Formats: sequence, C-alpha cells, structure tokens
Amino acid sequence: MSSRRAERLVNLVICLLSTRQYLPANRIRAAVPGYDTGGSDSADEAFKRMFERDKAELRELGIPLETGRNSAFDSEDGYRIARRDYELPEIDLQPDEAAAVGLAARLWQSAGLADASRSGLRKLQAAGVDVDGTSWLAVDPRVDAAEPAFAGCLAGVRARVPLAFDYRTPASDASVRREVEPWGVVSWHGRWYLVGHDRVRAAARCFRLSRIVGSVARAGRPGEVTVPEGIDLVAYVASEQPPRHTARVRIRRGAAAGLRRSGRVASGASDGEPGGEPDNDVVELDYNDPETLASRIAGYGAGVVVLEPADVRAAVVALLRAHAGDAEPARAPTP
Amino acid sequence: MSATADRLARLLALVPYLLARPGVQISRVARDFGVTETQLRDDLRLLWMCGLPGHGPGDLIDLSFEGDTITVTYDAGMSRPLRLTSDEALALVVALQTLADVPGLADGDAVARALGKIEGAAGANDEAAARVTVAVDAQERALTSVREAIGSGRAMHLTYYAAGRDASTERDVDPMRLLFVEGRSYLEAWCRSAEAVRLFRLDRIDDVRLLDEPSQPPTDAAPRDLDGGLFQPAPEDPAVTLRLGPGQAWVADYYPVEDSQRQDDGGLIIILRVTDTAWIRKLTLGGGADVTVVAPSALAAEVRAEARSALAAYGD
Repeated sequence: MSSRRAERLVNLVICLLSTRQYLPANRIRAAVPGYDTGGSDSADEAFKRMFERDKAELRELGIPLETGRNSAFDSEDGYRIARRDYELPEIDLQPDEAAAVGLAARLWQSAGLADASRSGLRKLQAAGVDVDGTSWLAVDPRVDAAEPAFAGCLAGVRARVPLAFDYRTPASDASVRREVEPWGVVSWHGRWYLVGHDRVRAAARCFRLSRIVGSVARAGRPGEVTVPEGIDLVAYVASEQPPRHTARVRIRRGAAAGLRRSGRVASGASDGEPGGEPDNDVVELDYNDPETLASRIAGYGAGVVVLEPADVRAAVVALLRAHAGDAEPARAPTP
Repeated sequence: MSATADRLARLLALVPYLLARPGVQISRVARDFGVTETQLRDDLRLLWMCGLPGHGPGDLIDLSFEGDTITVTYDAGMSRPLRLTSDEALALVVALQTLADVPGLADGDAVARALGKIEGAAGANDEAAARVTVAVDAQERALTSVREAIGSGRAMHLTYYAAGRDASTERDVDPMRLLFVEGRSYLEAWCRSAEAVRLFRLDRIDDVRLLDEPSQPPTDAAPRDLDGGLFQPAPEDPAVTLRLGPGQAWVADYYPVEDSQRQDDGGLIIILRVTDTAWIRKLTLGGGADVTVVAPSALAAEVRAEARSALAAYGD
C-alpha cells in the first residue's frame, strides 16, 4: 500500500473515532488529509470513488463503520465509529494464561487460520498482553489447514449456508457433484473433514477436504442450514473409522512388519493353507475400505499375498500390474 | 489478507502496543510484529504524520525516541486495539480448545482460564468455534508411560516400529518433550543408539520401560525447529522424480517437494529428496498407476522387479 493511502486511512479511523456525531462525506473530505478537495466535477467524482474504496478497506479489517443521520434535517448519511464497538475489551491475562495463548496461536500452520491467528495475537499484544512465543510446556502443537477447500468449507459452516462441490471418491478418478448442508469441519489424524447432511444421499456424511475438486460454491441462503442439537462432530468422523471387514493375508517371515503389527496372526494357519509355505504366517487384518487396504498391502510388494476376500485380492493385483510393465494402464477396479 | 489491509492492521495496533510498553526496544517491537526494523521505522514515521482533525502540533500522534527505545507521548485517541475479527477469535479459541485436549499438557488449568478470557474478549458472537474441531487422539497406549517419564525426568527403553525400514527396533532414549503435529502425537527424544534427536510417533511405540537413570540429553541436543515441517530432507540426499495422478496429489502437500509441476490431467510431476528410498517403493507400489517413478531409472527398475515378483505369487 502506498504510504499516502495508509496515512489517509489511519487519519480517517482517528477522525471517525473522535466524533460522536455522524460526519457527512463532505466534512470528512475536509477533515482528513489526502482527499482531493478541488471543486471540479472530476475532483468530486475522484473523491467519491476513493472514499468508497476506503470504507470497503475499513470494513474488510472488521472496523465497525456506522452509517446514520444526526437529525431529521440532515439530507445525507454520515459516518462514525463507535468506540465501544471498535475497541477490544479489557483483557487481563496472567503470565501462564498469556503463555498458553502464545502456544495455542502456533497451532495453525501455513494456510487456513494461520493469518487470523497471527493478527489476533498481535491485537492481544497491543492490548498489553506479553505473549512469549517460546514454549514453556513440553508440548508444541501444530495443525496444517492447507487444503484449498478449507476456507470455502469454513465459510459455509460459519454462515450456515448449503455448499456444492465436486467430490472424488477413492475408488474412481471421476468426481461427482455433491450438495451438502455443512455442520462442521473436523481435523482427524491430520486430515480435514467436512461433516454435514448430503442432500443427494439424504443422509449424514463426512467428506475429506483433500478430495474436493475445484472450488466450493454456495448452494442456498445463509442461515438455511440447521445443525442438529448437541452433535459430536469428532465422534461422527471417528464412527466412520471402525473396521467392518477382515481380510486374510500370507506374510513372509521377516517381511511387512508394519502390516503384521496391525493384524493378528491366525494360529497354525500356515500349515493347512493351500499354497502355504513353512516360512509364512497367515495374518488377519481388519479394514473398512478395500482400496485403502489394497494400497497398504501392495506397498509391501512380494512379502505379502492376499488370500481373501476376492475384491481386495483383485485390487492388489491391479495396483501391482500398473508397475509390472504391462502395456495396459491399470486402474484399481471399482468394487 | 491483502498487503494493504495487513499494513493498516499493523499501524492501528502499533499505537496501543507502544502505549502499553513505554520505553520498549525497537528491535523487540519489530520482532513482535514480524517486520524488519526498517519497515517498522517507516511505519512509525507514518504514524507521526497522523492525528486528530485539524492536524495542528497538539493533534498529531507523538512519539519520543531515546537511543533504541520508543515511547508514545500522545495517542490521538488510539488507546486500544481493534476488536478481534470473527476469524481471529475462531483461530485462537479453536487452538486453545485443541491445546486443552493435547495429551501430556502439564498445565491444563492455565489453558482453560485463557480460553474463558479470550472468549469473553471476543464477545459471544462466535458459536462457530464449536463447529471447528481438531481431534486429538489421546488413546495412545504409550502415552501414560511417556508422560510419566517426562514428568519424572527418567530415561526409557522403547520398542519402536520404524516405518521407513519396516522393522521393530529396540533403543534407549532420553525424553525431551511431547509434540502434537498435524494430528499425531510424537515423543521428541535423544536416541542413544542413533546419537541424535529423533521423533517417535506414539502410535508406533509398541512397548515402553522406564529406566532407573535420569533423562540426560546432551546439552547441545536442540529441539527440532518445526517451522520447516516434520520432514526435513538434507540437500545432499538423492533426488527422486515421481509422477502423481490426481488421486495422489496429497503426497506433494505432505512431503517437502523441491519442485512440482501440474500436468494436463490434473496430476503432478514432483521432485523430492529422500534419505531412504524404501518408503518411495512402498508409496509407488501402493499407489498403482497413480504413482510412478520417473527418475532415477534404477529405482524404477527396482519397483518393476518387485511388482513382477509379487504378481508371481498370484499366478499372474
């Protein structure tokens, strides 16, 4: 921003804070340095445009610019900033509380709410709170909200406005248009989800923000969405997690320790299995999404073979084929 | 926020900030506001020109400089900072709520009090904070022991699953702190076998035993600077070029990539540096057609050989 414009805006804020009366535009023009005070039509026009832009700038910052008339005799609207609406209320934080705020403000990384968190902290400092940025606790929290869809979803949640977006399911590359009444956004194990009522499926659903393709559009009026009373958003995302199926895989001794860790060794199974070899264990793995499990299994290469079910087996074969040098470009089959 | 709005916000906050801290060091102000001293001096010069209508000598904001310190002697009515915007309140309130849930937090009481005060200052306008939630997984089995070790200042023995090597490992460590990063909890500790500071994901700690000796990380064991992210490759690590289909583009968000180019199909070509290619093989095989190694060709050949050998077991 040019220094001249910054100076004019600061003077405008000071001027409007200092008045109890609503000041009409022409008095502001005279009182605040930097506005064109020439008498020509073009100067009037230039002032009007400039003043409109300046008002928009103040409102963008959240400055409560009031419009009104002092009496019935006024022929036009005037402006003022009410001090009680402008000023941050007194806030007295003890050193340990201030440290907690400083630590919490570090939570947001890169995009998302990082800017808001920084500027909010700055206001607290301006209110006299001393925020020590270094961590006095043996804890350092970090959360990333860099998904492009985050801002759009957050705005929808906040305005309680229905949202529409293209959503890609894990099983296919094609995205499908979804219309959702947003209830909230949840970060679960480092991934962000939108929880809401899916109008097409007519049921509650969770959407992974990273699978939203393109921009998030409004699909209704603000305030239209009703959030169910007392809903526990986290439980909602978490409840989609418990595994519903079990797969059986054969793991070579010494291989795929990561997979083995998350499963159960089926006792004595390797002897009776068709194609079973003495150096293998049969391990049972609980899962939800066959694609996700197939992707984990394929990652371990030749150390693991899927015995059942068939859809996981087929998905693993498809993933491996993609890398075996086949001419046909393989896609994971849709279950 | 636009650059314009950002500077205006800073200018409006500066006067009350200085008012609350007479004789503050200029270098400290610059640090608190995250600007250079040159930028700060520009800002102060500008504020000096601002004041109440009339703009006579007694109307302008007055600052007095003494050595490297500064004091506001007249504030022209700018005595308090602007209220928190709803985004600012949301960011701070949700962050404090999250902090209150983070496992291993020693002083949850201070967090709860701070939360109450921030909510009070923000006004009761924000029910949205209840609908933005960062879930903290406090169910990790290792948590109690790790917390106890940190609390009592003792070293400990870990049975730890090292995902990169796909192996279970045994080691003695000197705990330093607990971290909560991108949705997961980590123990940061000095690893006596690696003789380096390491992060251990709590959900990969399979067993913990407290040792009868104090935790004594070497004095030069520095906590990791997390500003660059969790994974911080060294510039001398070998480069790997991957092609990512649209479904796997998250990889580019998750790991620090040196270069990333969007393709016509919505996919990406990325270059990243890795110490150990084992996890790249895993990522590639698990990603199917959506992840392919472009370079080096030796790694691409390894992946191909592994895929063929795995397929053989399916009679394929």
